[in-house]
Amino acid sequence: MKLLFYYLIFPGFIFASVIGLLTVWLDRKVSARVQWRQGPPWYQGFADIGKLLYKEVIIPEEAFGSGFIAAPLFGLASVVLAVTILCVSFFSMSEGFIGDIIVVWYLFAIPAIALIYIGSTSGNPLSSVGVSREIKLLLSYDLPMIIIIVMMASKAGSFSIQSIMDWQRINGSNISNWYGIISFAVAIFCIQAKLGRVPFDLPEAETELGSGILMELSGGVLAAYELSKAIMLFGLPMFLIILFWGKGIIGGILLYLLIMVLLILIKNTNPRVRIDHAMKYFWGWMSGAAILAGILAYFGV
Amino acid sequence: MDILKKSFKKSIWVFHLSTAACNNCDIEVLELLTPRYDVERFGIKLVGSPRHADALLVCGSVNAHAKPRLLEVYRQTPKPCLVVAFGSCGCSSGIFRDSYSIVGPLDKVLKEEDPDVKIVYIPGCPPKPEAMIEGIVMGLGAI
Repeated sequence: MKLLFYYLIFPGFIFASVIGLLTVWLDRKVSARVQWRQGPPWYQGFADIGKLLYKEVIIPEEAFGSGFIAAPLFGLASVVLAVTILCVSFFSMSEGFIGDIIVVWYLFAIPAIALIYIGSTSGNPLSSVGVSREIKLLLSYDLPMIIIIVMMASKAGSFSIQSIMDWQRINGSNISNWYGIISFAVAIFCIQAKLGRVPFDLPEAETELGSGILMELSGGVLAAYELSKAIMLFGLPMFLIILFWGKGIIGGILLYLLIMVLLILIKNTNPRVRIDHAMKYFWGWMSGAAILAGILAYFGV
Repeated sequence: MDILKKSFKKSIWVFHLSTAACNNCDIEVLELLTPRYDVERFGIKLVGSPRHADALLVCGSVNAHAKPRLLEVYRQTPKPCLVVAFGSCGCSSGIFRDSYSIVGPLDKVLKEEDPDVKIVYIPGCPPKPEAMIEGIVMGLGAI
């Protein structure tokens, strides 16, 4: 019963969707202000989801019907589970378990896999171009991020969220050291790619592929996808806060706003990269920086 | 259900479709996204796929070549959706009315496909941005 409450109400579904949709509004509002526009009202994210639920769902003829509807729901459910595990540990409501940080990172990968499934089943040629890009992007940003996760876990001596946070409470936050700053910069770009935001919005590429991988989604199916993306916009910065800050709720909120500002500014000041550039960037520069940070962490700088 | 219907009016995603237009209306549409007229205030944004669209913004006098494409895009759009006949050509085929290649104004073509289609007319060559915003607001009142 308590677990169901955690999953559905407090750190889970309802809480995370409200915060996530407000963050979507923040994102669109700040982007608008950067471009000297007025921007949407605060309830815009909620209105979009409500509108999509009101609309008809069209399933393409070639698509495998039940899978087409179920895949985004699987993505949504796994994102909510990941956010619940993160928040329950962050608010010290439970002990967590060994290896939960790996579980969380792979639960965050499930929406992308669901999207790959939908894009390839929809039978649209532009969607399949988006699918190939999404697979390549998934492979490329995972490498530097896993290096960082392993580094932080080996610093703390355990693959559990609780011990990483405890280690930072005793020895100071990771971000206050040089290795922390370098790996924080790498991690920001990785979650930018994971969220599919502008320099790395290759799978969706609205002007180029006409929404690419999302092209055949409509109505409630699109609403489930948008909602899981909004929850990820809350969950992934939360993941970074646990990895790099790890203590105190007020500091956590400030760091959350800092991460959001960085994500929004990167989005507004960059054009879309090509897929080969993105892969070269993540496997070359970003992985190199992550390994450098690992070496610095070994010497304790 | 009522709140979902209300949220429909607060978030209109527009797919822009050009059916043999002279390109002038297509350029004027972009004015709505600039800081001066910013339609994102009302939750209106342009999307890349008709599957996501709530409103089809159709410019141009429909010719024989564009008619099957127009009907296909209309069928692909999830209902309920609003069609905006944009500019003089969209409303009445404009000065091209008697041309051999024109198969009729937009409303005639769409009503053959779906008699209950909801169409908003915004005249002008091209319409002013204020007229476009007023037209869309009036169309939302009609839904």
